[in-house]
Amino acid sequence: MVHSLETIAAIRFGYGFRPGEPDLGARDQLLQQISGADLAQQAFPTPGFQERMGLHRSFRALHKRVKNEDESAEPELKKAKVARRALVVNDVNMRCARAIFSPFGFRERLAAFWADHFTVIAKGQMPRVIHGDFLDRAIRPHIAGRFADLLIASTTHPSMLIFLDQTKSIGPNSKIGKKKKRGLNENLAREVLELHTMGVGGSYTQADVRQLAELLTGLIVTRKGMQYSKGAAEPGAETVLGKSYGGEKASETDILAFLEDLAVHPDTANYIAQKLVVHFVSDEPDPEMVAHIRDAFLTSGGDLQSVYTAMLEHPGAWVDIGGKVKQPFDFIVSGYRALNVQRDVISNLKPRDVWRIFEIPLISMGQPPRRALGPNGWPEEAEAWITPQGLAARLQWALVASARFGDGLDPRDFVLSSLREVAGETLKFAVAGSEKKIEGLALALSSPEFNRR
Amino acid sequence: MGYVDRSRRRFLAKTLAIGCSAAASPLVTPVTFASVNSDKRLVVIVLRGGMDGLDVVAPVGDPLLAQYRPNVGAASHSDLDGFFALHPKLSGLMPMWQSGELAFVHAVSTPYRNKRSHFDGQDILEAGVAEINSDIHDSGWINRMLAQMPGAGKETAFSVGRESMLLLRGDLPMTSWSPEGRIDLSPQAQLMLDVIYQKDPLFAEAGSVALTLAAQLNLDIEVSDDDQVMMRQIMKNMQAANRFQRATSLAAFAANRLREDTRIAAFSIGGWDTHRKQTSSIKKALGQLQAALTTLKSELGQTWEKTAVVCMTEFGRTVRENGSAGTDHGTGGAMVLAGGLIRGRRVYGDWPGLRDDQLFKNRDLMPTSDVRRYTAWMIRDLYGISASELEAAVFPGLDMGGNPKVIS
Repeated sequence: MVHSLETIAAIRFGYGFRPGEPDLGARDQLLQQISGADLAQQAFPTPGFQERMGLHRSFRALHKRVKNEDESAEPELKKAKVARRALVVNDVNMRCARAIFSPFGFRERLAAFWADHFTVIAKGQMPRVIHGDFLDRAIRPHIAGRFADLLIASTTHPSMLIFLDQTKSIGPNSKIGKKKKRGLNENLAREVLELHTMGVGGSYTQADVRQLAELLTGLIVTRKGMQYSKGAAEPGAETVLGKSYGGEKASETDILAFLEDLAVHPDTANYIAQKLVVHFVSDEPDPEMVAHIRDAFLTSGGDLQSVYTAMLEHPGAWVDIGGKVKQPFDFIVSGYRALNVQRDVISNLKPRDVWRIFEIPLISMGQPPRRALGPNGWPEEAEAWITPQGLAARLQWALVASARFGDGLDPRDFVLSSLREVAGETLKFAVAGSEKKIEGLALALSSPEFNRR
Repeated sequence: MGYVDRSRRRFLAKTLAIGCSAAASPLVTPVTFASVNSDKRLVVIVLRGGMDGLDVVAPVGDPLLAQYRPNVGAASHSDLDGFFALHPKLSGLMPMWQSGELAFVHAVSTPYRNKRSHFDGQDILEAGVAEINSDIHDSGWINRMLAQMPGAGKETAFSVGRESMLLLRGDLPMTSWSPEGRIDLSPQAQLMLDVIYQKDPLFAEAGSVALTLAAQLNLDIEVSDDDQVMMRQIMKNMQAANRFQRATSLAAFAANRLREDTRIAAFSIGGWDTHRKQTSSIKKALGQLQAALTTLKSELGQTWEKTAVVCMTEFGRTVRENGSAGTDHGTGGAMVLAGGLIRGRRVYGDWPGLRDDQLFKNRDLMPTSDVRRYTAWMIRDLYGISASELEAAVFPGLDMGGNPKVIS
């Protein structure tokens, strides 16, 4: 082994080195990051669901007045529009700021991993406004608890219910279904099984998807958040994965009971273990390491602390870095950390600057915020990102970021502070041989060493 | 889990394939793109999300359709052949239909059945295999097809857009680029970049193609000595990335390449997963498809006469509408064919009927043929690759059967 445990911990399990930040060590110290209060969220807060919905509703009310030719509402509508945009932009700003400035990189990486696992694509104004609440209230508080709680919180959050059409799925024999002649939409039922728990190779059938779609009816979204509507729920019991849930009268408890069972299904344990290894260690996961994590998942009943412990205690977690390529978000975050961008420069940015510093680079590298290509989230494999067009976008960003934030940095020091022993002789030579300082920094940021982990 | 062992073999394949060329700097050695011995063009458009063939090429002649779908489907389809009618959002393609440059294939699917996952469905479509566990599900059928074409080089096939398409991946190095891509590095820095990528095949390959294409395609770009000026230029260009991904620009860029040495181009159009309010939610995707086809025709000019376009999707959608005026994942679907080489003004395929007992699992349109069969015969007629090679290497396990003769 050539790379030290500290370096592997920082680059593979965190967002890389930031000058002046103390090393957090490896293994046990990483696990300590996830117990205790969420300091990064406290330092970079976002508003809750009620505040978001209040903003959305007042915008809608003003919009209606203007539409009905009430001109006096126009200035207020303009203000409300600005406030709405500021809120959505602030969500992106806070997410990036936490990743850049939190010394608990592993915790931030886990939050991002689960946000991708439970991908929500926010289409439309209301979904965009509440998306930050999904990330901060459904995902973040549960990343170190039971997988069942994480699954329940994300499946029942308004963002997920809207994104995967659950709000449009009505039991055909329910009161509302009969009256309005409405029926099932099986989108959420399928993706819960295929993407969030058992994996597409899991032992479920089309009949299970159908029965689960019936079971999930009744979950609706109101201004208060998720509500259970008996009038929309399909009456009668449903059999999913060989077990019957509920009786004559439908109830929310049946849905939760099913999700509890699903969360500890052996297929779920295997799928989650596999995804963790693929995300953190290698596009070609070691089956033995996957099995080790799966076993910990099963024996602990899906306790995520035990799952991460199993991952970090396995020798496969500490092989030399390089098996993965950083996705664009991770790439620019680790870049801003390496460039030692200061907190007062990055927090409370104007929308225009959030657009320039974060959104535009991510869009051009192929990873626009809130807009994954599908509910399966972003691709993991290196070949999906290091394409000619993807690499060109990384180069362009490296130049812009070096020009904007590289003042006073010597490229030769930069390559060492950002990569330590990972920097190869060729890279050090190339960086030192650059004609311009900016290009020297950009070369270091564009190097395979900096883009891999 | 499909992608697990896929990447290993892909990586090995890549390493072997480019072991020699990786070190060749685009600045030192001018890269020449070899050409195949044919002037015919093939454009493959992947329609991601599961296009509803029953809405796009609607069997309005069957009264059951309206019964199954009281709340899905447009009011004024354009009649095609007395039985099928075209969605009004594609009415801009009717002139192509009239002139015999547009055709459809109905009631087709890949061999993928029952699980109805977008992602496995698309992998199977792009790999051209019969099942997801196939030995070669890690490479795309275009890549394997090129292996059968003497003289095929790096720019013979091109994928356009920001995504990396499985369709083109495999042993042979392929090219991909996005219309707005550019590189503003000084020659000295480009040289250094070459040096630091040398030992990493993935970066060496992508970097060499990027530098070559940026130099070829953006000849008008001046690298400014003034850093501030340069940064402003870069930012302006990166902003353009946001709007450049529309089908029009993808198609225009594909046409730009096809007018040169490129023979095969591929890109994708998303937005077909119409689970709710399909009548409005399908409009955007149809608009993109229409724009892509009309742009290809206008931008290709004379070359359109030597072109065949095939649009395919991972599966069709349920025959019955769902509870939210949309449709769920199904099986049998439709293909769209266009171009001067297409024997158009026809809806190909064996129509299975819409009665309960004629449906697949009493739910989906019964597929009566394989998407790969039509594609394979197109390739045979365009490039002369033999049926036995196609059935063995390009679409393994496929029985091509009789030639539907979609190429004129």
